[in-house]
Amino acid sequence: MSTPDATAPRSTWFLRGVGAAFSLPGLILISSFIGFAALAKDAGVTVTQAAFMTATVWALPSMVVLVGAVTSGAALPAAMLAVTLSAIRLMPMVMVLVPEMRTRTTRQYVLYLLAHFVAVTSWVLAMERLKRVPPSMRTTYYAGLGAMLVMTNVVVVTVVYAVADALPSAVSAALLMLTPMYFLTSLWGSARERVGHVAMVLGLVLGPFFHILLPRIDLLAAGLIGGTAAYGWHLWRRKARAA
Amino acid sequence: MSYFSNGAWWWPYLFILVAGFAATDVWRILGVYLGGKLSEDSDLLVLVRTMATALVAAVIGNLIVFPGGALAHTSLALRIAAVALGFVAYLASGKRMVVGIATAELLLLAGLYLNF
Repeated sequence: MSTPDATAPRSTWFLRGVGAAFSLPGLILISSFIGFAALAKDAGVTVTQAAFMTATVWALPSMVVLVGAVTSGAALPAAMLAVTLSAIRLMPMVMVLVPEMRTRTTRQYVLYLLAHFVAVTSWVLAMERLKRVPPSMRTTYYAGLGAMLVMTNVVVVTVVYAVADALPSAVSAALLMLTPMYFLTSLWGSARERVGHVAMVLGLVLGPFFHILLPRIDLLAAGLIGGTAAYGWHLWRRKARAA
Repeated sequence: MSYFSNGAWWWPYLFILVAGFAATDVWRILGVYLGGKLSEDSDLLVLVRTMATALVAAVIGNLIVFPGGALAHTSLALRIAAVALGFVAYLASGKRMVVGIATAELLLLAGLYLNF
């Protein structure tokens, strides 16, 4: 990208935001949405429902947890609780991004609308690139980036549904492997403290364990118990260090 | 009350709106509202983050141990080996996601080709 020219019109900055969607993080996101589409189709979710889910939820962890709850036959309240728990991480991300975009004249409702686009990929791209966008154009830029990412992946999901049945089974198996690998690596990389890695290992083991023991609330049980245990370890270690 | 329990065409969409959209966007809205008011390192947020991490990790574990579709026809040993070695490749390459994902996928396909 060239040096920020504050004189460029708003539409130019919108299009530059659109262009930022076509980058390595954007491509990795597309591959993980291919995996998600394979997963959702396999769970019995229709193509319109999957496209609707992509546009309205727009956070892969939430969507994968939601499809997991659909597969395990969870009741609506249990599914909602599990998704709520998995989406908490979005709050601190939004809290960090908002000051980057806000100027004295920014209207609050614009920020609320743009917050819907916040998910790992758009956040990473925005935190990296907003610095080079004039402050008054940052909300416009982020709108272009977020809208393009959502639209592209709605199309990706639809296309995967259309071609999935024609794929050889080895390719289908490989597509279904994309989601766990994407999350395994991105979750490990995004953990800011050691306690995040402890929580992750506990969850990896407790998930299948509770899937057998408490099939309908396996995710909730693993999240609450694994998360609390990891937090306990964190407190214990802090105490041991202070002593 | 589950996703497939009601035959009405709108039920899955309502399920997605309540359990997916509302459950997710409440945190985005709170994030804008609280922006700058709450410390990111507060103890409560640490607990909340560990629970969210463990929950998503549980999903990953289930997807590997109890997969659906074509992946269900592969052996558990092959899936775990592919994921574990892919993860090692990710760490060894300085946490490059592309390397980790590609390694796991290639091992899975090689294993399928060799009938493991």
